[in-house]
Amino acid sequence: MLHIKCPHCGMRSQNEFAYGGDASVKRPELNKEISDLEWDNFVYLRKSLRGKHLELWHHISGCRQWFKVQRDTSTHEIFKTVKANEDI
Amino acid sequence: MSQNFRLDNIGLINRDKKISFKFNGKSYFGYEGDTLASALLANGIHLIGRSFKYHRPRGFFGAGVDEPYAIVQLYRNNETEPNVKSTEQELFEGLEATSVNCWPSVNFDIGAINNFLKIFLPAGFYYKTFMWPKSFWYKVYEPFIRKAAGLGVASIKHDKERYEHKYEYCDLLIAGSGPSGLASAYAAAKNGARVILAEDKPRFGGTLLTSEVNIGNQTGKEWADNIITELKEMPNVTVKNRSQIFGYYDHNMLVMSEKLSDHLPKTKKYHPKQRLWYIRAKEVLISSGSIERPLVFGNNDTPGVMLSSAAKEYLKVYGVLIGKKPLIFTNNDSGYETAIEFKKNGIIPVILDTRKDPKSEIIDEAKNLGIEIKFSYVVVAAKGYKKVKSAEIAKISDDKNELGLLESINCDCICVSGFWTPTIHLASQSGNKIKFNKDIDAFVPGVSKQNETTLGAANGTLTLEETLKDSFDSGYELSKKITNNDNKISLPVIIEKKSTQHDKFWCVPLPKGKTYKRFLDFQNDVAVSDVEIALKEGYRSIEHVKRYTTLGMATDQGKTSNLNGLQLVSNIENKIVPEVGHTTFRPPYTPVTIGTIVGREVGKHSRPTRKSPMHSWHEKNNAVFVDAGVWLRPRYYKQGNETLFEGSKREAKNVRTNVGVCDVTTLGKIDIKGPDAAELLNRVYTNAWLKLPIGKARYGVMLREDGIVMDDGTTTRISETHYHMTTTTAQAANILSHLEYYLQIVWPELNVNVVSTTEQWAGAAIAGPKSRELLQKLFPKIDTSNEGLPFMGYVEGELFGVHARIFRISFSGELAYEINVESDNGNYMWQKIMEIGKEFEIQPYGTEALSTLRIEMGHVAGSELDGRTIPYDNSLEGMVSKKKDFIGKRSLNRQAFVATDRQKVVGVVPLDKKTSIPEGSHLVKDANAQLPNPKLGYISASCWSVEFDNPFSLAILKDGKNMIGQKLFAMSPLKNKTIPVEIVSSHYVDPKGERVRS
Ligand SMILES: [Zn+2]
Repeated sequence: MLHIKCPHCGMRSQNEFAYGGDASVKRPELNKEISDLEWDNFVYLRKSLRGKHLELWHHISGCRQWFKVQRDTSTHEIFKTVKANEDI
Repeated sequence: MSQNFRLDNIGLINRDKKISFKFNGKSYFGYEGDTLASALLANGIHLIGRSFKYHRPRGFFGAGVDEPYAIVQLYRNNETEPNVKSTEQELFEGLEATSVNCWPSVNFDIGAINNFLKIFLPAGFYYKTFMWPKSFWYKVYEPFIRKAAGLGVASIKHDKERYEHKYEYCDLLIAGSGPSGLASAYAAAKNGARVILAEDKPRFGGTLLTSEVNIGNQTGKEWADNIITELKEMPNVTVKNRSQIFGYYDHNMLVMSEKLSDHLPKTKKYHPKQRLWYIRAKEVLISSGSIERPLVFGNNDTPGVMLSSAAKEYLKVYGVLIGKKPLIFTNNDSGYETAIEFKKNGIIPVILDTRKDPKSEIIDEAKNLGIEIKFSYVVVAAKGYKKVKSAEIAKISDDKNELGLLESINCDCICVSGFWTPTIHLASQSGNKIKFNKDIDAFVPGVSKQNETTLGAANGTLTLEETLKDSFDSGYELSKKITNNDNKISLPVIIEKKSTQHDKFWCVPLPKGKTYKRFLDFQNDVAVSDVEIALKEGYRSIEHVKRYTTLGMATDQGKTSNLNGLQLVSNIENKIVPEVGHTTFRPPYTPVTIGTIVGREVGKHSRPTRKSPMHSWHEKNNAVFVDAGVWLRPRYYKQGNETLFEGSKREAKNVRTNVGVCDVTTLGKIDIKGPDAAELLNRVYTNAWLKLPIGKARYGVMLREDGIVMDDGTTTRISETHYHMTTTTAQAANILSHLEYYLQIVWPELNVNVVSTTEQWAGAAIAGPKSRELLQKLFPKIDTSNEGLPFMGYVEGELFGVHARIFRISFSGELAYEINVESDNGNYMWQKIMEIGKEFEIQPYGTEALSTLRIEMGHVAGSELDGRTIPYDNSLEGMVSKKKDFIGKRSLNRQAFVATDRQKVVGVVPLDKKTSIPEGSHLVKDANAQLPNPKLGYISASCWSVEFDNPFSLAILKDGKNMIGQKLFAMSPLKNKTIPVEIVSSHYVDPKGERVRS
């Protein structure tokens, strides 16, 4: 079980959190004309990286804040966690 | 009955307390402090079971967690447990145990015939033999294997014992209380660190209990006892015995199984039997020691062949002799320690040493005691079937390839020592890159991945002095890093005997013409010949060899067999062991009961049960409940002997003719506040929200980004910047996370807050033609006319003194209102509704009637919004705005979503107007078509229409738009039904929706 530092609450066990996917994905802006390919990339395609990965987690049984985690997908090492509006 | 093999003046057992027990139905006694194994050995019992494959007689091989043989079925307090190691099970009054793997009895076992059918069970025998003919598997092979194999029988009764889980944090977690565990715990504790010290055995001290050493002018045991006593009194230290750390997971979380009651005749009231600890440690010190390696020779599985360290432990801890004519067979000095203990207690041992001319203090001591030692000698084979009676021995050449003349030697047990294997399971589980140490012919921990340090014998350290020095240092350094304290304990003076180099030889060659079985894996009956066959057949990877031969795959996880298996493969392959590699160590280190893992989460505690504030009223009024997610909801209110069908029909009918009331508290409710609330709704719903007036509700549909319908519900504008959203019961939590995601991550510029209010409001829906009259009486001050409170209107009022919200919304298709009051007033509201509603012939209705009402109206719900359908499929395309953008809109122009023959919800009526159509049935054109019959659609929900008094179903049907009026078949192979049906509009009742607006 991972030990994750919520930027709002501090170190908590993984069972308080929900995984939220790749944090580098940006939703296309509303009302913007985009190609089918661009939209499909956003909706369906995710990289399955081995190594450093920037991802979202949701402190679902805590403060209910979404935040960013930089984690190694093969070793589970967590390098850094920051608030949703901060950059790593 | 006297105990022929118990000594009077040695051991740590309590001779004042006799304990009686039964083994295979026969009564024996032992003493407090015995294990089942030591008590049986004291009574001269060596035959304890039969082996897994060949059903050869099995005795005791070890004295603890590494035991591969002596597994029993345990009976305790009217419960039974399989796969119990007799070497770990402490004796308690009334203990009963039986052998496993034998039928009809341990002395006469039919399965032993396998022993003579060697050809039947070589390596890979499962794969080869039981594959053919195919039809034999169920009838012949499987029943045979099931009868013959297994390590006991699991109880099928409900386990009444209590198991607990506990979470703990500490600075240092120390696994094992031998010399290194005690020293590091003591050094760290004295330096102010929060320490947990775990020991799997009942007694602390590990090898200090049996070794002849002196630490600071005390015996090893005295030193251990004093340290433990002091540690127990320190507030920053938790000391646990009978506690096995069995798994090492990410981020330094370890799990430990604590056995609190297994050593007692029964568990004390309100006490747990076992407890699972989740421990998050800043640093972990692994002091798990080492396990002696067997030497491999003919019939080395005969009862009476035992690890020499185990023989010493039985003698020194339990005062038990495993034999009176011991033969010690060793390739290192450890065997001598056992021989010396025998000699000191009046027993004459003989030592066979594979080495030619070793010299050390211990060897000198043995010589001085007059012990007979034969150098360059090996045991070729043990003789005797159910117990060792003698041994065939021979001199071995210097190159270890040639045996001399075979000699026979009388003995009643053979104590083997093939040097030591560090217990590196935890280190390996932590991700440590383990490495091979040539000096000790074994793997040791290498580079750590997590904050973990391995100490002492587990790290391949051979001397006590070095072990204690390392451990004092590590305990001090690591605690200093955490606490910044600087109290250092000085190393005591240590006296121990020096030993010399071990022999790398471990596997005795077969003499010419002999076919003795030489076992590597004692629990799974894997012999040298099996590994040879596997390699001959082309298996090379050690992982493949393991699976093909089952070497190391038993419940003991190869604790005594792994390394010898690797050595054999490397010898045959002419490689060195590190090139062969090692198989993966996985948790658990030793078997853990399912009860411990599950803990308290059994029965109704396996998940929360949510009840509405009106629950007790429903109970009192004969509600039959149904699980709706984690909620309990009334399915129907039973009158007399009514069935579900009759009751729900009555309730639904009453809604259509009079008025009914339904508990809708479970609906998800989300409070939305902020200047941008309307903008948020406009983006998450498919329809327009910017112009919703205050005091009005609107129905909305939400999509996922891939265009699939996620949820539906109504949202009401309570004030300029305040909205009340409802979601379906099942999606409540997901929708909140969904909104939070978009607000926090995607559109943080929106000034909106959302919070769940599901539990803050109790909800009652009153529905039916008389609901307005009822509402007027409940709220006399409110204008309830169609103009005053129109469809989708919202108003607040006083319900006999309590504040209420009134929404004119309808799920049933009838004129209907939903009243919400604060949860605490829910019961009060309900009672008032029932009381006032009497004159309108009100009846409560449950989820079954609720479903009936929505199905015949063609309202889609969870069974249609099933995560596979888009708005069009649910005839909700009218809800999709063409003007604005919203979540998922861009996906709706996907080719499949705009296909002209796209699936759509339809109504389905059986032609005979009698036969109900099972949900999940497939709709097909031709009932007799060849399989697989092309599926046109499926029945999503079925009911008995109370309006027309015949069955009615909803279905999702390909090209549904153009199928109205078609005749098809609904087929349910599960229910064995084929029903001719007609496709009709999904809006079966009141297709124009006039009632809700009346
Ligand atoms: Zn938090």
